[in-house]
Amino acid sequence: MDLNMVDAINLALAQEMQKDKSVILLGEDVGEDGGVFRVTDGLAKRFGNHRVLDTPIAESGIIGASIGMAIAGLKPIPEIQFEGFLAPAFDQLISHASRIRYRSQGHYHVPMVVRSPIGGGVKALEHHSDSPETYLVHTPGLKVVIPSSPYDAKGLLISAIRDPDPVIFFEPKRIYRAIKEDVPKKEYTIPIGKAKVVKKGSDITLITYGASVKTSLEAVGSMSDVDVEVIDLRTLSPLDTNTIVSSVQKTGKAIIVHEAPKTLGVGAEIVALLNEKALYSLEAPIERVTGFDTVVPLRKFEHFYTVNAQRIIDGIVRVMQSGV
Amino acid sequence: MKKTIQRFSVEYKRVLDEKGNIDQKLMPKISKEIIRFFYEKMVLSRRFDERAIKLQRQGRLGTYASVLGQEASQIGSALAMSRDDLAFPSYRESGVFIARGMPLHLLFSYWAGDERGMHTPKGVNVFPLSITVGVHPPHAVGAAMAFKYKKKKAATIVYFGDGATSKGDFHEAMNIAGTFKAPVVFLCQNNQYAISVPVKQQTAAETIAQKAIAYGFEGVQVDGNDVFGVYKATQDALNKARRGKGPTLIECFTYRRNDHTTSDDASKYRKPSEVTPWEEKDPLLRLQKYMKKNKIYSTDWDADVIKKADTLVNKAMVQAEAMPNKKPEEIIDHMFETLTPALKEQRTQLKEEAKRHGS
Repeated sequence: MDLNMVDAINLALAQEMQKDKSVILLGEDVGEDGGVFRVTDGLAKRFGNHRVLDTPIAESGIIGASIGMAIAGLKPIPEIQFEGFLAPAFDQLISHASRIRYRSQGHYHVPMVVRSPIGGGVKALEHHSDSPETYLVHTPGLKVVIPSSPYDAKGLLISAIRDPDPVIFFEPKRIYRAIKEDVPKKEYTIPIGKAKVVKKGSDITLITYGASVKTSLEAVGSMSDVDVEVIDLRTLSPLDTNTIVSSVQKTGKAIIVHEAPKTLGVGAEIVALLNEKALYSLEAPIERVTGFDTVVPLRKFEHFYTVNAQRIIDGIVRVMQSGV
Repeated sequence: MKKTIQRFSVEYKRVLDEKGNIDQKLMPKISKEIIRFFYEKMVLSRRFDERAIKLQRQGRLGTYASVLGQEASQIGSALAMSRDDLAFPSYRESGVFIARGMPLHLLFSYWAGDERGMHTPKGVNVFPLSITVGVHPPHAVGAAMAFKYKKKKAATIVYFGDGATSKGDFHEAMNIAGTFKAPVVFLCQNNQYAISVPVKQQTAAETIAQKAIAYGFEGVQVDGNDVFGVYKATQDALNKARRGKGPTLIECFTYRRNDHTTSDDASKYRKPSEVTPWEEKDPLLRLQKYMKKNKIYSTDWDADVIKKADTLVNKAMVQAEAMPNKKPEEIIDHMFETLTPALKEQRTQLKEEAKRHGS
């Protein structure tokens, strides 16, 4: 059936809740309101208020309590309403959720999925358009997943829920309702840690994730003279090294596209990785088309910041022209 | 052995009741002119708010958080401040900005999505509003501590809602303020909703005011739709703060009559029958009743107040929309006093891109 990402995630949550009584949801406005993006719509009614908890506004408490639930046998799925509200919960995420398995030397573990919308492009207020994935990718002990389509969202979320360790599940809000595609009704999983080649090509490898996959495909689709291979990372931690490296070994050129600020963004890690594993295959300097090292502007001037198709095309052209 | 070692109580204060009658004993000394001024500012706040919602529907403003029903809490408290006092608002504080003299065109610019609107002019002592909930109380406490250190006869007020009292930062701020007797007023507008979550699910405590007790200072609840009561409570708290007697928590008990923001649909989680009774408790209507009884009101005067407010609002929007656009490279500015090498490079990149493709 044709579903958008909101509905696909809702379906995945409902199916896992149906199957496993230890799965519970908690967060701000997730119950009666069904979440501000309606991702959890109808779940409180269907599964009851004891499994879909409307919490006070307390992100640190939400994540901290989820850790407690997880070590005591539940599989909590806390929602952080906007990525900008993750910051108050950082202590719980980076100092605790990520370390409890290690701290207890495997006695306890934290099977929790933190869901949060991410990214810009919806003309929002401050703290509602950010891309903070690097902070989490940089934290040992967390897995970070970010789907680019309804189909992937369902399969990746089910994998995340069944994963025994903490997973940050970012939902690119710009494409919550922008893509509709066939999503099987039955359960299926997509492995965490596996990237996907979304378009085969031979001239250059474009590596991206989240909402930028759609923009990248649009950019690439408008270029008739360059055959671009597009990789959707799907998971940012752990990275799928093999898919990235083998593609670049084939094409000899690479460009990385993401919305997050440039400095120490995921792109920086990929450049380092290619330097380590594919340096002798490279025929041109690797290009990064990213956000800027600034605050995402508010609604009126956000487009100056946005990683749009034109910027991606310009980047590809630069790499192609600088090649040997 | 067992004994009671502490007992506490929390006061509720109301000066102006729903029928427009006042409690003479509690009524602050305010001249007729000042009462009219209160009313004018409340009308201006209301008209600004109504226009902002209309403009959002037309796509000329972005998401906007309405003040409807909370004008007494905002105007009453903001007008109790002295010029040097500094306010730390949340996102639902257009009334506070207006009462403190913020140029309306800047407010419109901000809500249209232009951060230049939060550059408050000199003399308008309002800090940029906080979009995230309950994170700014520590800032108000720190500023208050700085005032005290510099022996400045000024205090700070931090504005937040019932939802914010669930945040750790709120509690840390209250505790630090109590410990250091910081000259700060915590002003909670308990409008009974945090988006969809009613205050009863936000806290198991009967009142917000009582949360101050645990931090060693006074908490008081006032009728948040009573502009005299809010004014009096805030003035008392500010005077106390400036005298070095420490912080106060004021809970203005009110109601959020509109959706959380223009992006919300409150009909999903509350019935109109719950909202209607609060229309009768409207703070402007209540002040009007008092003014009528005391013969400082006429319909002609009221019509004139509205007309003047509308003129200001109209002019402000024209002025906001006439502001020249930012240049693309300007999104890099204001990150540091001196741009870093990386930012300089990115600024050049933005400039060149704009030259190449237009902006």
